[in-house]
Amino acid sequence: MNIGFIIDALVTIIGVTTPILLAATGELVVEKSGVLNLGVEGMMLIGAVTGFAVTLNFGDSLGDWAPWVGIGAAALAGAASSMLFAFLVLSLGSNQVATGLALAIFGIGLSSLIGASYVGTVIAPFNQVFPDWLAEDPIGRVAFGHSPLVYFALIMVVAVGYFLNRTRAGLILRAVGENDISAHSIGYPVVAIRYAAVAFGGAMAGVGGSYFSMVITPMWAEQMTAGRGWIALALVVFSSWRAGRLLVGAYFFGILMTLELYAKASGFSFLPSQFWAAMPYIMAIVVLAVMSARDVAGSEAPACLGRPFMPNS
Amino acid sequence: MRIRLEKRLTPSRFMLVATPVASVLLTMALGAVIFELLGFDGPDAIYQTFITPIVAPYKWVDVLTKAAPLIIIALGLSLGNQAKIWNIGAEGQYVIGALAGAGVAFAMPQAAPGFVAVPAMIVAGIIGGMAWAAIPALLKTRFRVSEVLSTLMLVYVAMQVLNYLIGGPWKDPNGHNFPQTPPFSATQSLPNVIPGTVVPPGFVVAIALTLVFWVLASRSVYGFSVRTVGAAPSAARYGGFDAARTVWSTLMISGGMAGLAGILEAMSQLGQINLGFPSGYGFTAIIVSFLGRLHPVGVFLAGLILAVTYVGGQVAQTAVHVPEATAGIFQATMLFLILASDILVRYRLRLVRAAPRAATAGAPA
Repeated sequence: MNIGFIIDALVTIIGVTTPILLAATGELVVEKSGVLNLGVEGMMLIGAVTGFAVTLNFGDSLGDWAPWVGIGAAALAGAASSMLFAFLVLSLGSNQVATGLALAIFGIGLSSLIGASYVGTVIAPFNQVFPDWLAEDPIGRVAFGHSPLVYFALIMVVAVGYFLNRTRAGLILRAVGENDISAHSIGYPVVAIRYAAVAFGGAMAGVGGSYFSMVITPMWAEQMTAGRGWIALALVVFSSWRAGRLLVGAYFFGILMTLELYAKASGFSFLPSQFWAAMPYIMAIVVLAVMSARDVAGSEAPACLGRPFMPNS
Repeated sequence: MRIRLEKRLTPSRFMLVATPVASVLLTMALGAVIFELLGFDGPDAIYQTFITPIVAPYKWVDVLTKAAPLIIIALGLSLGNQAKIWNIGAEGQYVIGALAGAGVAFAMPQAAPGFVAVPAMIVAGIIGGMAWAAIPALLKTRFRVSEVLSTLMLVYVAMQVLNYLIGGPWKDPNGHNFPQTPPFSATQSLPNVIPGTVVPPGFVVAIALTLVFWVLASRSVYGFSVRTVGAAPSAARYGGFDAARTVWSTLMISGGMAGLAGILEAMSQLGQINLGFPSGYGFTAIIVSFLGRLHPVGVFLAGLILAVTYVGGQVAQTAVHVPEATAGIFQATMLFLILASDILVRYRLRLVRAAPRAATAGAPA
C-alpha cells in the first residue's frame, strides 16, 4: 500500500462525507429546537436539482460565479421547501413524522419533475478553490484539493457547535427544544425560533444535496442522493445531538461509503458488492442500537423533540 | 378581526370524513392551476389523471391491480399509526416477503401441485415480511431504537438483498444475463385477474382483509388497546396494555401484510422477481393510510383513489405529455393537505372581532 493510494482514499472519504455532514449539521439545529424534520432526503434533492439548474442556466452570463449562485439558490430552495413543513407542523400542529415523510416524498417528486429536462446534461464540476500548485500537490491535495463546500461544511459544524454551546442565542434555542412551555412563558417566541431553525436545516440540506449534482457527479439524475438524507438523520442520533461527535460520526460513515466504492471498483472483495452497498445502512442501524441503548434515561435527545406546541389554544 | 383556534372536546366526525374528500378535490384544483402555469392544458391533465381511469372500463383492471397492494399494506400500517408506531419501511418488508415466497418456490419441485405451492409461497411471503419487521421491533423493545429510522434503513438493505439474489444465486440461467429470477411455474402462479372478470386476486384479498381489519379495529379489545397506547400511553400502561407487546404486534401485522402484498404481486402480476419489482407501493401506502384516516374502510377508498392517480398519471403522460413525476407530486400534495386539515378535526375556528381590550379596561374593577 503506497502513499498515493492512501491520499486517494482520504480525498474520497472527505468527498463522500461532506453532503451528509452538511445536512446533518442543519438537522442538528432543527432537532435542538425540538422539531424532528424527516424530510431531509427531499430537501437535499430539491437543493440538488436547483443548484444544478441555476448553474447550468446562468453559466454563460455569470461565468465563474455561476456555481456560487447555484449553491445559494440550492440553499434558498431547501429553506423554501422546509417552510412548507414548518407551516404544517408549527402553525397547524400537524404530526411531525407524517409531515416530514410528506416532505421527503414531495421533494423526490418535485425534483424529478424539475430535473426531467436536465437528464444527460453536464456542467463543469464545482471543485478546487486553491491555486493549482497547492490543490494539485500530490500530498497537499488532501487539505487543499477540495470543493469550497468541503471547507464550508467543516466551518459550519464548528460554527454550529459554538453557536449552540457558547452563545446566548444558542442557549435560547436549546431552551426551546428542552422545554417549550417554560421558554414560552418567560417570553421567548418559541414558534418563530423553530421556524428559523427549520429554515436553517432546509438551507443546509439544500447545500448538501447540491454537492451531489455539482461536485460528485456534475449532472442531474433522479433520486441521486440515494438515501443519504436518511443517513444524515441517523447521524444526528449517533452524535447524541453534539456537534463534535457529529463530525466524527460523519467521517465514520464516510469511511464506510468509501469502502463500498473501493470494493466495487477493485473487485477484490470476497463479499458481494451489494454487501458493501448495504453496509452504511446496516452500520447506521447498529450504531443507533448502541447509542440508544447507552442513553438509558433518554436524556440526550432534546426533551421536546417531535412534540407539537400550540401556544394560542 | 382574527381567527382563533378553540380546541374541541372530541374530534369532529364530520371533519374526519369531509377533510380527506376536500383534500382530494383541492389537490385536483391546485394541480390544474399548476399545470396551466407550467404550460400544459391544466384541466385536461387533471381530467386524464383523476377521471379517465374511472370512466374508461379498460383501465379498471389497472386501477384494481394497483389498489390491491396499496390497500393491503396500508391496512397494516394504519394499525401501527394508531399506536403512533411508525413503520415507514413497508417497501422493504414487501420486497423481502416476495423474496421469501420466491425462495420457497425455487426450493420446491416444479411439479408440486398448486394447492401446495400457492399456500406455501403465500405463507412464506407473510413470514418474510414479518421477519424483516421483527428487526426494528426487537431494536425498539430491547434497545429503544426509533423505528422510524430503523425501518427505513432496512429498505435500503432489502434492495441490496434483492439485487444480490436476482443477480447472483437466483439469476435466471435463460434470462439473457438480465438480473431476474426464473419465472414461477404455472402451479406457482396466480392469474392476473380472476378469469372472466376485471378483478385481480390481490383485490379480493384486499376486500376480505378490509373487513377483517374493520372488525379488529372497532370490535376487539386489541383494536382498543392499540388506539389507547397511541392516544394516552400512561393511561394504557395503567390499564394494563403492554407497550412492548403493542410494538411487536403492530410491526408484525404491518410487516406480514406488506410481505403478503409482495408475494401476491410477484405471483399474479410479474410471475418472477426482477429489478423493477420494488415500485414504491410501501411508501405510497403511508399516504393511503393517512388519507384513509387510519380507518379500514377509509383506507380501502383511499387505496382506490391513489391507484387512480397512478394509472391516471400514465394516461396524462401520453395524452397531455406531463412528466412521469407528476403522480408523485399529486400524492405528496394530498398528504400535505390531509395533514394540514387535521387541525379542523381537532380545533374549531372562530372568527373573533377586534381585540376586546378596551372593553376589559373599561370594565368596573
